[in-house]
Amino acid sequence: MAYVAVKGGEQAITNAHALLAEDRRGSRDVPEVGVDQIRAQLSLAVDRVMGEGSCYDRDLAALAIKQSRGDLPEAIFLLRAYRTTLPRFGFSDPIATEQMAVRRRVSAAFKDIPGGQVLGPTFDYTHRLLDFALAAEGGHLPDPAAMADAPLADDLPTIASVFLHEDLLEHETPALDAAEPYDLTREPMQFPATRDQRLQALARGDEGFLLSLAYSSQRGWGSTHPLCGEIRLGDVSVEFTPPELGFPIELADLTVTECTMLSEFEGSMEHPPQYARGYGLTFGHCERKAMSMAIVDRALKAAENAVDQVHPVQDEEFVLYHSDNVEASGFVQHLKLPHYVDFQASLQFVRKLRREWAEARSAKEAAE
Amino acid sequence: MGTADLISPKFVQSEHHERKAWLGVLARSDAREVAARWTALKLEPDFQTLRPPETGLVMVRGRAGGTGDAFNLGEMTATRAVIRLSSGETGVGYVSGRDKRHALTAALADALLQSPDHKQAVMTGLIAPLASARDAARREASRKAAATKVEFFTMVRDRSPKK
Repeated sequence: MAYVAVKGGEQAITNAHALLAEDRRGSRDVPEVGVDQIRAQLSLAVDRVMGEGSCYDRDLAALAIKQSRGDLPEAIFLLRAYRTTLPRFGFSDPIATEQMAVRRRVSAAFKDIPGGQVLGPTFDYTHRLLDFALAAEGGHLPDPAAMADAPLADDLPTIASVFLHEDLLEHETPALDAAEPYDLTREPMQFPATRDQRLQALARGDEGFLLSLAYSSQRGWGSTHPLCGEIRLGDVSVEFTPPELGFPIELADLTVTECTMLSEFEGSMEHPPQYARGYGLTFGHCERKAMSMAIVDRALKAAENAVDQVHPVQDEEFVLYHSDNVEASGFVQHLKLPHYVDFQASLQFVRKLRREWAEARSAKEAAE
Repeated sequence: MGTADLISPKFVQSEHHERKAWLGVLARSDAREVAARWTALKLEPDFQTLRPPETGLVMVRGRAGGTGDAFNLGEMTATRAVIRLSSGETGVGYVSGRDKRHALTAALADALLQSPDHKQAVMTGLIAPLASARDAARREASRKAAATKVEFFTMVRDRSPKK
């Protein structure tokens, strides 16, 4: 395949960029939106960009959203591109989600989960009616949220720990000889994928793609019959050992969403029946994504030992090769860049086929 | 406020726990709050920069199922700096985010906190208020969450025979 350099279009591109900047700003009669406003008031967009951009930095994500005019996959691309310019200091210790400072925690499976059902800041139970009060000029500040006399317990028990003594839930423990976790930022995707590789890919994966896959699996295309064991949202502390110090320090408090999906496992010769788990973990408050991730993780886990993997959600190559929206968007959108030479070659070929087809047809008619 | 109050209980017994405590407070605090309190302290120590402030990434890890094998969740931005005071103490600053001044201030504070002459001032003027602000914010967030806890009503049915 040969590429032919074509000059020209430089002025058009410069002007297109200027037009983009003008359109991004929009009407000058309207005040410009600030990065701090995006960070504070479009916080769930910021969370999604940090999660799929795979880089926790609220200011950068808010800037990317402003620059991309609110096109979140474009903002995710910008953040991914930026992170390649920074050196890597190292790896944190794994975060301890059971020690999360919880702001929301619900279990749809187990009403009496110790610590209770804590609804937190959720869209659930809202009526989904447009609130025109938010559109009013000079909007009033909302009433301060109610405060209980006492805070929640320090460490809310997880759904896994609640049933641990009965061994009803599959319990995951670190392998003694565990290798260094797979790192997709340094190594290409490889198959069969290990769980760590899969979880990293899903954590970076596109919310819409994973949501649809999870939905397909619920509806029977690779059924997982999931129950939502637990969703928790809150802050976890990140511990990191700087090489200059040689001991871990608490580097950051990060907001994360965690989801555990449960599905029945009928048991085998070696294992008694119990609930198997699917796991979802994301930066920020991304509940739909964490739930979808957990369902897809569970479906892929179940498919590992299955004889035939007939549904898309059970096929790890299909899922993991297509879950990244930066790659997907790049490959689909590269089609709008000039393909003049490809088309020229294709045209010649199709013209030749048509000529041959017409010749063959007239030869046949002459013979009849 | 003792430094033992500033940190996860699991660190309290370990070596370097005091230094871990203040480094953790400096790393997690808002850069603007650190800057404001540092300026108010009016400390201008003489120092040499060993590692100029630099921004980079730390890969944050999670565990499969919350308790299983580690996996790479995604990166976060962090900034570091290392300085040495003319009195000899080396200060290491590692902070979350991209604020270079924050990292440099953390390194300076770390060095001063190792110096018996300055420890008390930096502790009371910088570390303790930052730690209590964080604790207060956390407590408030937790009390707001606690107010959204569901209190289930259970209807008790009267099963006594009908009269």
